[in-house]
Amino acid sequence: MSNEPKAYRNIKDLAREELILPGTPLCGGCGGLEVLRLASKVLGERVVFVNAAGCFTLLALFPYTPFRGSWLYTTMASAPAGAQGVRDALDILRAKGRLSPEEDLQVVVVAGDGSTYDMALSATSGTLHRNLDYWYLCYDNEAYGNTGMQQSSATPFGARTATTPGGAGGAVDGLLGKKDIFEIWRAHRPPYIATVSPRHPIDLARKFEKAKQLKGPKLFLAFAPCPTGWGYDPARTQAYARLGVECGLFPLKEAVYGEVTHTYVKRTWRPVEEYLRGQGRFEHLFEPVRQEALLHLLQEGVDRYWAGVPR
Amino acid sequence: MTRELLTGNAAAAWGARLAEVDYVPAFPITPQTEIIETLATWFGEGTMPGKFVSMDSEHSMLTAAGAAAATGARVFTATSSQGLLYAAELLYTVAGWRVPLVLVNVSRALASPITLEPDHNDVLAARDSGCLQIHAETCQEVLDSILMAYRIAEDPRVLLPVIVNLDGFALSFTREPVTRPSLEQVRAFLPPYSPTHARFTAARPMAQGIAVLGGALYSFFRYQMHLAAQNARAVHGEVAQAFREAFGRRYGLVEGYRLLDADYALVMSNAYATRGKAAINRFRAQGIPVGLLRLRVLRPFPALAIAAALEGKKAVAVIDQNLSVGFGGITVAEVASALYQERDRPPLLSYIGGLGGKDLSDAEFDQILQDLQRNADTGHVPPPRLLYTEREDAQTTAFLEVAGKGTRHVE
Repeated sequence: MSNEPKAYRNIKDLAREELILPGTPLCGGCGGLEVLRLASKVLGERVVFVNAAGCFTLLALFPYTPFRGSWLYTTMASAPAGAQGVRDALDILRAKGRLSPEEDLQVVVVAGDGSTYDMALSATSGTLHRNLDYWYLCYDNEAYGNTGMQQSSATPFGARTATTPGGAGGAVDGLLGKKDIFEIWRAHRPPYIATVSPRHPIDLARKFEKAKQLKGPKLFLAFAPCPTGWGYDPARTQAYARLGVECGLFPLKEAVYGEVTHTYVKRTWRPVEEYLRGQGRFEHLFEPVRQEALLHLLQEGVDRYWAGVPR
Repeated sequence: MTRELLTGNAAAAWGARLAEVDYVPAFPITPQTEIIETLATWFGEGTMPGKFVSMDSEHSMLTAAGAAAATGARVFTATSSQGLLYAAELLYTVAGWRVPLVLVNVSRALASPITLEPDHNDVLAARDSGCLQIHAETCQEVLDSILMAYRIAEDPRVLLPVIVNLDGFALSFTREPVTRPSLEQVRAFLPPYSPTHARFTAARPMAQGIAVLGGALYSFFRYQMHLAAQNARAVHGEVAQAFREAFGRRYGLVEGYRLLDADYALVMSNAYATRGKAAINRFRAQGIPVGLLRLRVLRPFPALAIAAALEGKKAVAVIDQNLSVGFGGITVAEVASALYQERDRPPLLSYIGGLGGKDLSDAEFDQILQDLQRNADTGHVPPPRLLYTEREDAQTTAFLEVAGKGTRHVE
């Protein structure tokens, strides 16, 4: 790998080579898989993916994997600790002359939001505190997807899941909205954090390329529209990935050693209703009766966020 | 070769150092902490090359340990009690990865009530995980067993993690004379670890810990572990022979103490076996033919060795320093399973003793002997008993009264 950062100006700058091969058992239209596909084009094939229990666990199903690189499935709560062991061992073996530099690998955790926001939060915090040199990619589909869409602490306010049949949050169960994992990570001041969306591949590629230059934890929160769990036609994944960003719900940003920059800012955002409509998990906000108060609350949250972002 | 006084914990740390482990992920817990403090010092001053890392929990610790071993490093780690159970998910997971790391468990009774002193419910909770288990009686045996454990674990016929167990307090903080081999001697006994089955390199991508669907595949892989654990019996024999030739000390799957000509036998494990041996000496001085069988390797289970050692005894008493609530002693059931197919199997008497580090007094061993002799005379098998002295009972009653719980609900 050359140390010279590659410039990504348009889609043609992305490597044509596919490093995540097709034919996986994941659902058609998986937003998370598209992010992994794009990220791999920047990361290259000298990687070992360290996985936590979730949808991506099914990517590698004996005796097949779709990767050019290596894979280690760990547990739901400890993939970052697995990355610690792999990274440390690679460093030790190199220092002791038992592994040549060209045999070295980048260690990449791939975990869903259930693991990232809930079970593995302490293990992740540990790696940030220890400044472990690794990548973390969270594909956030805003619920426990692999078990059939139960509420996680990444589930947005108002969304219906299998365990929040009336919609998450509010007076019903006293829960607040989605945890702000970006800010939780940022409180540790790691070298690099970014949010990415599958519908913004150049923004995504630039961020992975930028992170390559930094040593230490490099964390990515990926917007992962989920046709199966969110209740929409798989063909519309890219449309929802775009709307999530265009409505201001999923801000594209990065934080270098804690300093935040938004990488996609508009003067006006499209109304959140455009994003919510058509998704089964938000249907109850419109049918049988339009839930004006809830819709207002959701729009207000987005407006409040952007009011706090310096232009 | 050096002879010096070492605690069980220091002996464990020396075992890891002499095995030239590359990596130690750690997390503190009493009574194990002295092991990782010692290793942290050695890594810090550079006498141990490699890396020591303080993890955020035992769950993370054992994940990192397994992952580093899966990458090709020789790994050591240590825990106790709640820590072992906090890492329980990983015991099964890393055993399935077939990574030959060594984990020292310093036994401590489990909550609740929370306490500090030893019994074996912690390590026996790892019994079915796929990790092999060696239980040490002395500080010397702790060090020796760690060296043997790496050679057994890394044998291509085995490739399973090994837990080396020592009792908290009774051994962890007790100084005993230990002969410490030189690094050169250990190098001649234990070759470097250079795995091909589990290793991550750019040129040879590998998927480890991969999911399977369907019971046939799952059964295949789990049973492979069982067969490998079975292989470990013979491998232990070879390694013990090589160890004896290199260091002059001899270890079996089980240890018989004044057992060959004994009519009666006690079955015990770990450091409390030393108290059992003292009782045997006392009985022998009175001319009573009693011996002791110490269970040393618990997994793989040495059924044939147990059956051979206990064959023809008039009566056998198993003292379990553990309690399967709602069942009774854990090892008595396993010993019974080893004897069941024998034509001339002795009657088995079951005792629970030493829970939470409770002492075992002369009076309690006397009671066991009395029961054994009565059994030989009358065939009477007493119901499983909790070893508990009158003095301890009076003390407990007094504390219950202080706590305002004067009425006892036990029958």
